[in-house]
Amino acid sequence: MQLLHLVFRNLFRHKLRTVLTVLGIAIAILSFGMIRTVIAMWYSGIEASSPNRLITRNAISLIFPLPIAYRNAITAVPGVTDLSYAQWFGGIYIDEKHSQFPQIAVDGSTWFKVAPENQISDAELTAFMRERNAAIVGVQLARRFGWKVGDTVRMRSMIYSGDWDFVIRGIYTGAKKTTDETLFFFHWEYLDQKLRQLEPWRAGHVGWYVVKIADPDRAAAISQAIDARFKNSLAETRTETEESFIQGFISMSDAILIALRIVSIVIIGVILAVLSNTMAMTARERLSEYAVLKTLGFRTRHLILLIAGESVLIALAGGLIGIGLIGPTVSGFDAVMTSTIGAMFPIVGVSIATRSVSLLMALGVGLAAAIFPAWRAATLRIVNGLRRIG
Amino acid sequence: MTPIPFSYSLRNIWTRRLTTALTAGGIAMVIFVFTAVLMLAYGLEKTLVATGSDDNAIVIRKGSQSEMMSLIDRNAANVIRNQPEVATGSDGKPLAAAEAVVLISMAKQGNSQPAHVQARGIEPESLTMRPQVKLTAGRLFRPGTSEIIVGASAARRFEGLGLGQTVRFAMRDWTVVGRFEAGGSGFESEIWLDSEQLLQAFRRPVFSSVTVRLADRSAFDPLEDRLEGDPRFNLEVKREKVFYADQSAMMAGFIRVLGIFVTVIFSVGAMIGAMITMYAAVANRTMEIGTLRALGFPRRSILIAFLIESLLLSAIGGSAGLVMASLLQNMTVSTTNFTTFSEIAFRFALSPVIALESITFALMMGFLGGFLPAFRAARQNIVNSLRAV
Repeated sequence: MQLLHLVFRNLFRHKLRTVLTVLGIAIAILSFGMIRTVIAMWYSGIEASSPNRLITRNAISLIFPLPIAYRNAITAVPGVTDLSYAQWFGGIYIDEKHSQFPQIAVDGSTWFKVAPENQISDAELTAFMRERNAAIVGVQLARRFGWKVGDTVRMRSMIYSGDWDFVIRGIYTGAKKTTDETLFFFHWEYLDQKLRQLEPWRAGHVGWYVVKIADPDRAAAISQAIDARFKNSLAETRTETEESFIQGFISMSDAILIALRIVSIVIIGVILAVLSNTMAMTARERLSEYAVLKTLGFRTRHLILLIAGESVLIALAGGLIGIGLIGPTVSGFDAVMTSTIGAMFPIVGVSIATRSVSLLMALGVGLAAAIFPAWRAATLRIVNGLRRIG
Repeated sequence: MTPIPFSYSLRNIWTRRLTTALTAGGIAMVIFVFTAVLMLAYGLEKTLVATGSDDNAIVIRKGSQSEMMSLIDRNAANVIRNQPEVATGSDGKPLAAAEAVVLISMAKQGNSQPAHVQARGIEPESLTMRPQVKLTAGRLFRPGTSEIIVGASAARRFEGLGLGQTVRFAMRDWTVVGRFEAGGSGFESEIWLDSEQLLQAFRRPVFSSVTVRLADRSAFDPLEDRLEGDPRFNLEVKREKVFYADQSAMMAGFIRVLGIFVTVIFSVGAMIGAMITMYAAVANRTMEIGTLRALGFPRRSILIAFLIESLLLSAIGGSAGLVMASLLQNMTVSTTNFTTFSEIAFRFALSPVIALESITFALMMGFLGGFLPAFRAARQNIVNSLRAV
């Protein structure tokens, strides 16, 4: 107890130095937590995926579509309970900068059955089904552009020619925190009918099928059964669970994720350097004091506790302040991203895991920074310490 | 004004080696990350800028950001080929190539997840217009066959692209007969094959883009006006260099914004480290400062001496960080470019501008971190500081 008192007294001996060190650590922990949050946002899609869903797409690559005729064959595969399909639209709203939100042409009658996490009222769904160019948008997307039900949205597309008009007939909300609320759904029928007139050879195709299965344990067997059905056809399929489908997207940015992880380690190195420096300076200044304490009967472990306690307290104080700042900073970063290159992440939030890891890192740095000064104090010979000046 | 000798600052830095190393080490790590981020973004830009040429123009469908999304039918392709601004080759035919670009999902070396590689159907003129493309092994594919040549980067990163190996897509087995380099440009990440074969295999009636050699560079504007104004088609004409450079904009922008945002934040941590060190240096030398003042050195000299010490500290750190980052130059990175959705390989690239920016950034950290402590040193009262123990 008395030792703790001494630790506190020591902390306030060089107020400016302590405050600066705490601040430095707070800022470094803040950037560490920010990077962890950005990495977590990348993986947010996986958390949102359902084990009951498989995705069937063209085996060559995502840009190749599948014939709509596959619908019946896939439904006939044992174990499949529901089926829907979708096509990427690649829309440009206002201009390239504003159009960073996904537009997906879906089969209206089945989509919200296989993707129930997109919650929509029955009335809005009925209104959506009645109109050919109706659209349902995520609540966050609607907020971003100030859209209301009944608004008309005109878009061009990077993939299809012409102007496309949509009328918003519904706004969905996510069932879970991880549900993406920035999507724009419209009728695949609308897309297909327009293609029949403009580019007939591209009509009658879908981008991917979403297959709902009753038993997630049979996912592998059902995937194989579907793919075997279309083997050696012009459009061979590749079926996988929704999770591994999303994982495939994430692995595309492997290099960036690795770079971010390296940077987060470097940051820990920076705080370690700052805190080690403070502790080393402190220990150097107090060597004669340690000798006095030893003479008074303090044991080596007391000195170690004294130094480690000070170091850990500084690190934890910095860590806690930094963690508190992660939330606001991430929102700021998201705003900068949205205004410079368009929205990047559907879900912005700081997880408990990120906070805990950041705190653990601060604790670790606090302990590591105490090692050298503690060792010096422990091995100090009283005579040498007392003989020393300044 | 009598300046305090430079060696005073230098020696002080040397005396406190551990503290110097720790403080400079913190700054070095910040500069390392800062430089690496800029090098990464610049490397990507450099690769894509090198892909295009000022002498060529590319025609795509209006609104398509990448060739993969663009569609150009044969009729439009022929009209484009026969524009008066298009240069003529030695055989009297127009120097223009209708190309078809598709994405193929392939297994990466040592990675379970497949990635997309861009396959480009080319015409003989494609090679004439891109002199940087050179076969380094094997031979060119024979027109009309299922043979392909692969870019050096693609061959390294994907499985089954060695000479003599076959790849299966679109119900055909394609034999790799050659490997090419393209001056470090984006083409090295592609697979090239006969344009007509690609269209047949994929049962696809349309090309993706038409690239033409301009008769001279000023011919671009009239060509752009005529083709984009043609009501029969819906075309967009871009200088080839601009087109490929644009493809790096989003990715390079993302790397820069994310990287600089994070670095600037945690650079404050290192700056505070420098500040702590300098405050301690001032506190430990109170008597020394008093002596210097008594010897007749003015306040300003003291301020400058301490600022120099801090700047030296950051210069050491900054240089160390820059040297560490420059070692990355031989490293190749590959990532999916989200504008084209395909894998592209590029190197960390250092430029004099980046080096200058990094050192400036380091010195700025030293200046900001050292100013307040130096100011405190300069303000000290002679009598009081001489009395200090």
